Amino acid sequence: MKHRTFFWFILPSALAMLLFIALPVVSVAIQSLYIEHSKVMVTVESCGPFGCTKDTHVDAEKTLELQRAEPLGRFNGLGTYFNRSHLAVAEIGTILANNTGLSDVAGRIYALPLYRALAFTLAYCFLVTPLAMLLGFLIALGVNGLPHLIKGPAIFISLLPMIITPLVGSLIIYWMIDSNGIIGANLQALFHDPNLYLKASPVLTWVVLILYGIWTNAPFSFVVFYAGLQMVPQDTLESAMVDGASRWERIRFVVIPSIAPLATFVALVQLMDNFRVFEPIVGFNAEANASSLSSAIFEDLHGQNAQLFGSAAATSVLTIIGVVILLTPVLIRTWREFSRKAV
Amino acid sequence: MKHLLGASVSLAVLTLLGGTALAADCGIASGSVRILSNDFDVLKVVADGAKECANDKVKVTANLSSQHKDLQVPALTVNPAEYTVAVVANNSIAPLLNGDLVRPLDDLIAKYGQDLQPNQLIKVDGKTVAIAFDANSQHLFYRKDILDKAGVQPPKSYEDVLAAAKAIKDKGILEYPLAAADKPGWDLGAEFVNLYLGSGGDFFEPGSAKLAINNDNGVKTLQMMKDLSQYMPPDYLTYDANEMKAAYLAGKVAMMDGWGSYAGSVIGPDSPSKDVAAQTVLAAAPTFNGGSTASASLWWDGFAIAKNISDEDATASFQAMMHAIRPEVATQHPDVAPWLIKGFQPGPAAVGVIATANGNAKPYPMLPYMGLLHTALSNEIGDFLKGSKDAKKTLDDINAAYEASAKEGGFLN
Repeated sequence: MKHRTFFWFILPSALAMLLFIALPVVSVAIQSLYIEHSKVMVTVESCGPFGCTKDTHVDAEKTLELQRAEPLGRFNGLGTYFNRSHLAVAEIGTILANNTGLSDVAGRIYALPLYRALAFTLAYCFLVTPLAMLLGFLIALGVNGLPHLIKGPAIFISLLPMIITPLVGSLIIYWMIDSNGIIGANLQALFHDPNLYLKASPVLTWVVLILYGIWTNAPFSFVVFYAGLQMVPQDTLESAMVDGASRWERIRFVVIPSIAPLATFVALVQLMDNFRVFEPIVGFNAEANASSLSSAIFEDLHGQNAQLFGSAAATSVLTIIGVVILLTPVLIRTWREFSRKAV
Repeated sequence: MKHLLGASVSLAVLTLLGGTALAADCGIASGSVRILSNDFDVLKVVADGAKECANDKVKVTANLSSQHKDLQVPALTVNPAEYTVAVVANNSIAPLLNGDLVRPLDDLIAKYGQDLQPNQLIKVDGKTVAIAFDANSQHLFYRKDILDKAGVQPPKSYEDVLAAAKAIKDKGILEYPLAAADKPGWDLGAEFVNLYLGSGGDFFEPGSAKLAINNDNGVKTLQMMKDLSQYMPPDYLTYDANEMKAAYLAGKVAMMDGWGSYAGSVIGPDSPSKDVAAQTVLAAAPTFNGGSTASASLWWDGFAIAKNISDEDATASFQAMMHAIRPEVATQHPDVAPWLIKGFQPGPAAVGVIATANGNAKPYPMLPYMGLLHTALSNEIGDFLKGSKDAKKTLDDINAAYEASAKEGGFLN
């Protein structure tokens, strides 16, 4: 393709990407450097059905004047990034300088909101991604081996977890694992433990969330791997059979190598997706035991009264940086393969 | 199939049209009334009342959504505002006042507010900024049959609640006699606020946004929350107010700190569980820490009129809302809420809220930075209840979390 043709071909999507992806990211990054103006406060009497009190209120006029003069707010540099709700530099300094051992350090750092969110996000990411890929691959192998007649329905059923809206899916399972739900009640009966509540302990909550993640993410891997299986060279497979290779050996030495590039692609997409885990935490009412970077952003924007835009923006930028760090190894690998082929 | 679909669509349209209330004469010349409101029973009654004013010259629409707090500030900031009426409560009016988004109502009250009572007016610095129409609070719901069986008196204080719960558990009547809305998010913070108000402490240093809960009362409040939680099912941290109500209606709870706004649906004629309804007693929120005030925050629901709208629309909106909260509404719907409207005779469902108000419970603070504290409470108390932090450390953490967000919000330097 000529450069000129290529330019006109790519222009619409490049423009859309610039407008809807690049610009918002820049604006979020700028927003994260600002905090709100100091509010001008006044003490006035306020009255209601339950009596009168002297309260502090915001002097709206004077505060709005400040806001009109500088709509972005006060410049705070990287202050928001380093405060307790984010990287908590000062708090970590104190913890490291003054502690009673490694578990004390870990416990106290885990109590800081960003690190708690990061802990669950990373655990979710690194457990769900490989396990969902493995499960998806196994389903793909299974479905591929089915007779033609039931393949269609089998594919449809395997895709169900992906078709169901994540929030709805997590709510349904949440009700099932409730101590009155079908799974929760049966587990209690099975283990003879009336105090077994899947929703109660942090560990069990994490297990449930991760199992849910695997359940809902497996279909994506399944679809891609299933498509890949259709392109595995039949003659190689047949010659392997002639050579007396078992089913396992055929999978290990023919199927896996030929769909390995797909695995890189799936891992890339899934890592990105899982790093932004959000719906299950809401659906499972798991806020007490798990939080993620996305749920932290949601909370800042969904506060009781005030929306903390700077704080949400800072967490968003940190999330983007996190995704970049996560993807770097995979990207480097792809780049190497690409340049090796080019030579 | 296509015909069937068409038929059902037109049927749905017909029901929608038929569902709109009959036009009433509200004395409005012309204008547009657009209501933004939270979504629960009493607010539905009010919104439906305002809709009765619709005719060919007056347009009335209402958006009832539990996400109204997220919508109201941007929707009222634009000019002309997206909504003319914002239905608010003690806490949700603060951001509207901060942004100077609602208009003083004194002129409109002088012209059209004959039916209002003085205690319905929400005044800040002498100007009326909102009109309250009902009161709400959390208060005690208890099961008379279970308490009788356990041989305990109805609890007056939280210390009594603990003793009664212990008796019920020890007698093997219920494994987990208590329930509370302890889900981190809005509910958990509200539980702390209720108890702390009952302990008699102040949340902030007078005249400033500096937090003042890091004291003995704070520690005692946290300790009481933990003591209560040992009589709740192990997954109590996932219960919000509605799930708590469901567990209560299922007969699994002997005592709970429920909301007055759903008392009518628990004990009323449509209650899903007649047995529970018959045995339920509504009482004032218990006292705490030897205090004499009921440990609950009092709430009002009311409405404010947007600033960025034409005077015509403002007048129309005010008149429509006056129609929606006219005295007959309280007589026709005595059980949906403890109305503040003139001539209201409290029904059986309002007993708890009225007892709580008579118990000198304090209103939920209408302070501009209270929301930030509420969020910090909700986020930090969970770890304490799970036992991974002690009370002192939790209060330190609440302080630190609040300070970080208050600095960002411009309330602290």
